[in-house]
Amino acid sequence: MSFATSILTKSLNVFHCAGSPCNNCDIELLDTLTPRYDLERFGITLVGSIRHADVIMLSGVFNTKALIRAKRVYEQAPKPILVIALGNCACTGNIFIESYNLDAPVGKHIPVDILVPGCPPKPEAMIAAVAKLIAKLKGK
Amino acid sequence: MSKKTIIPIGPYHPLQEEPEFFKLHVDGETVVKVDIELGYNHRGVEKLAESKTFEQAVYFVERICGICSTSHPIACCQAIEDAGEVKVPERALYIRSIIGELERLHSHLLWLGLAGHFLGFNTVWMWVWRYREDVINCLEIITGNRNHYCMMKPGGVRRDIKGEDIPTILGVLNGLKKPLDLFYKTVNQDPVLQARTRNVGILTRQNIIDYCGVGPLARASGVAIDVRKDHPHAAYGMVDFKVITTTKGDVFDKVDVRILEMFESVSIIKQCLEALKKTPGPIDANPAVIKAGDGIGHYEAPRGEVIHYIRSDGSNRPARHKIRAPSYVNVATNRTAVVGQSIADATIILGAVDPCYCCTERMAAIRVDNGEKTLTADDLIKLSWDKTSRLRKELGAAGPVLPLD
Amino acid sequence: MVLTSRNEVLQNLRERLGNKIVSVFEKNERRIYIEVAPQDIVETTKVIFRDYEARLQTASGVDTPDKIDIYYHWAFDRANCLVTIIVKLDRQKPVIDSIAPLCMGAEWIEREMWELLGVTFNNHPDMRHLLLMDEWPEGQYPLRRDFRLPKKNSPLNPLS
Repeated sequence: MSFATSILTKSLNVFHCAGSPCNNCDIELLDTLTPRYDLERFGITLVGSIRHADVIMLSGVFNTKALIRAKRVYEQAPKPILVIALGNCACTGNIFIESYNLDAPVGKHIPVDILVPGCPPKPEAMIAAVAKLIAKLKGK
Repeated sequence: MSKKTIIPIGPYHPLQEEPEFFKLHVDGETVVKVDIELGYNHRGVEKLAESKTFEQAVYFVERICGICSTSHPIACCQAIEDAGEVKVPERALYIRSIIGELERLHSHLLWLGLAGHFLGFNTVWMWVWRYREDVINCLEIITGNRNHYCMMKPGGVRRDIKGEDIPTILGVLNGLKKPLDLFYKTVNQDPVLQARTRNVGILTRQNIIDYCGVGPLARASGVAIDVRKDHPHAAYGMVDFKVITTTKGDVFDKVDVRILEMFESVSIIKQCLEALKKTPGPIDANPAVIKAGDGIGHYEAPRGEVIHYIRSDGSNRPARHKIRAPSYVNVATNRTAVVGQSIADATIILGAVDPCYCCTERMAAIRVDNGEKTLTADDLIKLSWDKTSRLRKELGAAGPVLPLD
Repeated sequence: MVLTSRNEVLQNLRERLGNKIVSVFEKNERRIYIEVAPQDIVETTKVIFRDYEARLQTASGVDTPDKIDIYYHWAFDRANCLVTIIVKLDRQKPVIDSIAPLCMGAEWIEREMWELLGVTFNNHPDMRHLLLMDEWPEGQYPLRRDFRLPKKNSPLNPLS
């Protein structure tokens, strides 16, 4: 494991990038930060700028307009970076896949490391996803 | 000539048709013009809805918005019932109101927490969201899911509320009284909070009428529109509650209205639970066919009136399904509310509309225009926080005091 | 003047709109559908919005085989009554006067109908794309019945 990747197994800075979601994944993500689940006890925090991020959380189906922005966000991110697709919409396109305004899933356009299914995924599922991702990086 | 600054806010935003990209044109510290650009969230829901059957429609419209995830189904079911002239059993009406009011509680708590966050009171955020978890728990007990409850169906509701769950729900509601009192006192007594929200982002009565604004936003400006009272639906005609209005229309009044509404919600749920004990019977009318015709259903979502129009042609799918969420009209009011205010206040004013809020978390600069200075999301929130701490020093207050229990 | 009962609404609208009304359909206690001619929409809006202080809920455009219908949904909040004003436009050339100069709440919904359904609004203050991206191919109206997404890689396909 290179030094750059090893950093990704420590405290993670998450940038949350939502494109045309229904908001629920986003709220559940914020929920994991608040006292009941308290994600910050693992050193995981949300950051406001992509330049500070170790992880991008993608949620929603990403329509034509949002996808352009999301790609730009990914390009600006410092590499290596982990990408998590949060919720059914980001994983598969969900119920919206036949829409005229989007080309789902987002994994076609941005390389995704881990999928967290659920509509919306429970906070526990998100914490488990991050833990599995770290385990994968460590080669376990 | 002064140099104009453009501050982009957005573009990502979570509601169905209300994802926003605000472009604030700023002269010095003052906002002179707001451009609102939608479309980052347009998923073609109305077109897709034409391919879904009436039974599927409920699951589908639920996924328009995660926070109003029972308001859309209620409005949609009412539209289908209006088109097909279906009569809903009384017990189902009470259950609809209970779920709807629990949703209002969690939505208002969510908003209050985030409003605190943007004013620089993270304590408020954490505390409010801690009590919001109780409401979410309660919904999980009734429906089996934390969000997206799937409780509604054309003609009634999908699941019953069991008698043995009622004491648990009542326990949660009684437990909410203390924190709600606390939030009300905090908002009304804390000098810094008052200084940040009073006389900020005023919308007059005439503004609301011009923009056809709805919900707590309209009620804060003294326009007493409440679909629950004006056009009684679900069980709202059978319970007793007040429509909360205030007169000034500033951010403080919007906070105030929402907190007072939560007390009303608690009282409505209690009345419905009481009535549920006395109202046995079916929970579903099981309509076999939806007759051809037009139907309109509207419901008072936490943010205001949501309206669904359905045209049925006698088949099992709608020929046209039109949806309008409350933020669609409310967000437009920002074009008036933000102008003339300082940048530090812009976040809370844009937020006071309660357009699903976590978008504002993701305010990020997308483009630096030539010769124009662009501020990022963090800068903007920081400006807001700085103003709060400055006021706090001037006023000698230590911020809201939340007793630990 | 604020109308306080359904019958009052129906009676007043019948009197004020007079021969502008093409047909009235009373669906039930709370729903009234009134059809007017497209050229009368501004006058009708003036009566309903200015004089009777109704609230514009929304407007729905419906594509039918030979017409495009626009349904303006108005709420008479004190009368517990929803009035829907219907206009029927020619499907080949749907043109109507905008009501946005009268009623600001109609501005966005008209922009939406323009881009999704291809209805042209005369005198609209700010007509540009609202929901779809600016590069959306012209003449492609997603809410039309005959809309089919062009093949991948075609210049008309917005996704390519």
